[in-house]
Amino acid sequence: MKLTLRVWRQPAADTDGAMTTYEVDSVSPDMSFLEMLDTLNEELILRGEDPVAFDHDCREGICGACSLVINGDAHGPERTTSCQLHMRSFQDGDTIDVEPWRAAAFPVVKDLVVDRSAFDRIIQAGGYVSAPTGSAPEAHATPVPKADADFAFEHAECIGCGACVAACPNGSAMLFTSAKVNHLGVLPQGAPERETRVLDMVDQMDAEGFGGCTLTGECATACPKGIPLPSIAAMNKEWLRAARKSPR
Amino acid sequence: MALDTRTRRTPSKGTGAGQRPVRGGPRALWDSTIGKKAVMAVTGLIMLGYLVAHMMGNLKIFFGPGEFNGYGHWLRTMGAPVLHHEWGLWLVRIVLVVAVVGHAVAAYQLSRRDIRARPAKYAHTKRRTSYATRTMRWGGVILALFIVWHVLDLTTGHTHPGGFQEGHPYQNVVDTFSTWYGNVIYLVAVLAMGLHVRHGFWSAAQTLGVGNARRERVLKAGANGLALLLTAGFVSVPVAVMTGLVS
Amino acid sequence: MTSYASYTTGEPVADTKAPEGPVAERWDTRRFEAKLVNPANRRGHTVIVVGTGLAGGSAGATLAEQGYHVVQFCYQDSPRRAHSIAAQGGINAAKNYRNDGDSIHRLFYDTVKGGDFRARESNVHRLAQISVEIIDQCVAQGVPFAREYGGLLDTRSFGGVQVSRTFYARGQTGQQLLLGAYQALSRQIAAGNVELHARTEMLDLIVVDGKARGIVARDLVTGKIDTYYADAVVLASGGYGNVFYLSTNAMNSNATAVWRAHRRGAYFANPCFTQIHPTCIPRTGDHQSKLTLMSESLRNDGRIWVPKAHGDTRPPREIPEDERDYYLERIYPSFGNLVPRDIASRAAKNVCDEGRGVGPGGQGVYLDFADAIQRMGRAKVEEKYGNLFDMYARITAEDPYEVPMRIYPAVHYTMGGLWVDYDLSTTVPGLFAIGEANFSDHGANRLGASALMQGLADGYFVLPSTINDYLARNPHQDPVTDTHPAVQEVVAETEDRLNLLLAVDGDRTPDSFHRELGELMWEFCGMARTEEGLLKALGRIPGIRDEFWRRIKVPGTGEEFNQSLEKANRIVDYLELAELMCLDALHRAESCGGHFREESQTPDGEAARRDEEFSYAAAWEFTSPGEAPVLHKEDLVFEYVHPTQRSYA
Repeated sequence: MKLTLRVWRQPAADTDGAMTTYEVDSVSPDMSFLEMLDTLNEELILRGEDPVAFDHDCREGICGACSLVINGDAHGPERTTSCQLHMRSFQDGDTIDVEPWRAAAFPVVKDLVVDRSAFDRIIQAGGYVSAPTGSAPEAHATPVPKADADFAFEHAECIGCGACVAACPNGSAMLFTSAKVNHLGVLPQGAPERETRVLDMVDQMDAEGFGGCTLTGECATACPKGIPLPSIAAMNKEWLRAARKSPR
Repeated sequence: MALDTRTRRTPSKGTGAGQRPVRGGPRALWDSTIGKKAVMAVTGLIMLGYLVAHMMGNLKIFFGPGEFNGYGHWLRTMGAPVLHHEWGLWLVRIVLVVAVVGHAVAAYQLSRRDIRARPAKYAHTKRRTSYATRTMRWGGVILALFIVWHVLDLTTGHTHPGGFQEGHPYQNVVDTFSTWYGNVIYLVAVLAMGLHVRHGFWSAAQTLGVGNARRERVLKAGANGLALLLTAGFVSVPVAVMTGLVS
Repeated sequence: MTSYASYTTGEPVADTKAPEGPVAERWDTRRFEAKLVNPANRRGHTVIVVGTGLAGGSAGATLAEQGYHVVQFCYQDSPRRAHSIAAQGGINAAKNYRNDGDSIHRLFYDTVKGGDFRARESNVHRLAQISVEIIDQCVAQGVPFAREYGGLLDTRSFGGVQVSRTFYARGQTGQQLLLGAYQALSRQIAAGNVELHARTEMLDLIVVDGKARGIVARDLVTGKIDTYYADAVVLASGGYGNVFYLSTNAMNSNATAVWRAHRRGAYFANPCFTQIHPTCIPRTGDHQSKLTLMSESLRNDGRIWVPKAHGDTRPPREIPEDERDYYLERIYPSFGNLVPRDIASRAAKNVCDEGRGVGPGGQGVYLDFADAIQRMGRAKVEEKYGNLFDMYARITAEDPYEVPMRIYPAVHYTMGGLWVDYDLSTTVPGLFAIGEANFSDHGANRLGASALMQGLADGYFVLPSTINDYLARNPHQDPVTDTHPAVQEVVAETEDRLNLLLAVDGDRTPDSFHRELGELMWEFCGMARTEEGLLKALGRIPGIRDEFWRRIKVPGTGEEFNQSLEKANRIVDYLELAELMCLDALHRAESCGGHFREESQTPDGEAARRDEEFSYAAAWEFTSPGEAPVLHKEDLVFEYVHPTQRSYA
């Protein structure tokens, strides 16, 4: 396959960027999208040009590092991560636009690399159960109904890639935040901190400059792990419950 | 061993525009994006309830001037004899004004925030840009302008075509819908209202946490039904005037 | 023979920290004998932790909970992305919830046996003991393990064992455990007890007066090289499987931290013990950048086969039952498809070498779920393995519900690592190594679902107890500053190395060298090794290294975000480590676990151990670049599990 790539190039955080066009030849349909970028980078290095910077690590769709907006879609046309997208999803001769996540809370570091530390700070604000090592009771002391365990797991699957923010026209992190709130909130282990968790995490989310939710559903469409849109409604309920209950 | 292990909340290192809100009171509710959305949901539902009542009142026009004008008169004596003349009506008006203002201010602030949160656009734009967000934002603006005109037209009579007659709403309505622009403004606004209700009702349910995966379909159907019913009900009046059914 | 291969043997190395006495009491004894640090004094101690995977994340969180000031590093943009996240199958624990005869002693036994008697008994027993607490701890953190309808935890069985002791969270156990540790760490970051440096990579170790006192690290965004000081340094930087270029490791997983520590005096033990995982997706072409693992749990229900006939290219479904060779079930009737990884991998290599492999290039075997789907129904298979099937379908564009999967072995885990004693201390005082970065618990082969167990055991429970002893014995160390000659030397070396990489300006990319080295290692130091091949590899590595320093091309500068520079610098270390791996493989003229020397096999082709000569851990001491290292042997004594020929037939 022969492809034309239009890639966002931005040398550093504080410089301007632009879409730059590259031609890539001999692309195999079995290549992953990132392997296709690898071949481009190999060429660029040999030509003495700066290779395209992009975040990636496990290339198995689980670490959440890769973060490309491909033809306007976060992670591209398939419901998966950029690293698990394969070139067979494209046609010979296609022109493909590759851009970084766009959101005020995710400033560009270089080219296609953005700073997602805002997500870490949301987790730091309360996305945990306070259970210092050694304090745990026997694992079977508290049975958890299978339905609750499955619900928790479904939300715990979030890989923190940020596609939800990238896809949202408001740059909102509601889906990410709600995934953690729901994961921990439904479990008996997470119950004692339910109220403070959701209030603190939402406060931090707002403080990071993410937008609000207008329920466009773009986040859930882009989510490679299928975190469902009703997750947001569940967090709203949790937040209102906490706001009523706890003297803020 | 539990030395100093308790979490102390450190001040936010957030780079964002927002400030971490003060804890306590309704202020906190207003400061949070979710709280502000909740305000919009509640005020929206209040206005929705009002729209349903308003629409049903409008339909009385099909039973003749007596019935319709009588209804208009009752609005002023609502709650009598406990309430003085028009007190009930003013109560409703106050609640409505608070709802409209709260809804609009929250919407404005949230929109500002949303736009700030996404300063750079994608070079590759998709056609399916957010339908919902756009209809809500522009629809909201249209509705706000319409309400002003609507009040000036049929409540105070300032912009009413022909002679505005206090206490004769039947004739006033017929006058308004006898002008082309009256019909156009009204129909556009009703259409915007329908779309607004369609997304807004479902959205309010999500914001208030009523929505879940199972109820999803019921809520969407409910929103569509409600929007359709309201649109049809409101549209029927100008159509009836235009077709001469009401004159 | 090259000069590198003519190593010398030095004094034996011994683990002086494990107490005497019954193995089941040693951990208690050690914890009692170890000195403690007064809780009020802990704040004054800084501990550096490199890496935020299961071992590093859990250690950082736990040390901070205890009151230490932790300074932690990860090269990723967030601690949540460490490669532990990709572990699929599960975590072992001797809970015996199934009442199927499991016990701490059985887990201990299975692990020593599974490791082909090349692990230290006291460490393994401690691991089995702690396994029970790990599950409790993770459940308390909200890790959503799979549960039964009664609300209790579900378990499954895993390769190499006959009890059901593996706890799991669908095919994402590593993810869920890592997020648990990450969340615990996040809590400590918010509390100000952990100072986290993300996108910061350790490039060297600072040793002052014989003690580890800090690290040199590069901020990957600005390129700034900084020094960080501490009272102790903990390496939790993972394994070195990426020496092979193609492996299941993350693209940026690397050996720099452990190799630099080795160069500064830490012994490197059993570097040739690498695990080749039997169930990975075969490569599709030269563009392949990494290999993807399919969880071993698939072997619980999938059946592995190849055609009986050589070069049979019919589609799998058209090959009748009696023309298929379910070779694992045939050769190992009692364990069947559940034999340990090393055995399953080698069997796959053997049938492919015979010319019966399937798929492009004949480098693959079938993993067939037709029987399982018939037996349990598609829905049940989907529930158990759905995400793995999806992943397979996405990568290969084949539907594993209809067509059998194709799998082939790939480098997955490295049992070798920095030599540590019972306290997880390396031979450099104050330098500890935990998780995959050390060599301690898995011997020559790791059992499935034991890596997560070891990482968390080290991080949550072992290190936080044993590091106290070191800090209590070294309460008031002199502060180190940038002006100290030892520091200046390390910083200068680091800067020179990076500058040289940038200055060569040759005509070959970093990846091209990495690929060349990886192919060499896979061929000669992979699944089957021979003296001849290893000597050939040892002869060629110095040449690649020379060429690297003549022809490497790294664009850009050191003062910016430069992924090519990061890559090239990691390859520098692979080029040295690879040599040590080959030497270790050469010197160990026996087969054991993941290390298979063709010269040492039984008549039916199984690995033949030679306990009289090789019942030791090989701890290598660095001398100088390219020069022969010194071998220190740690004799392995088996008091409880007596070495036998492993039999899974």
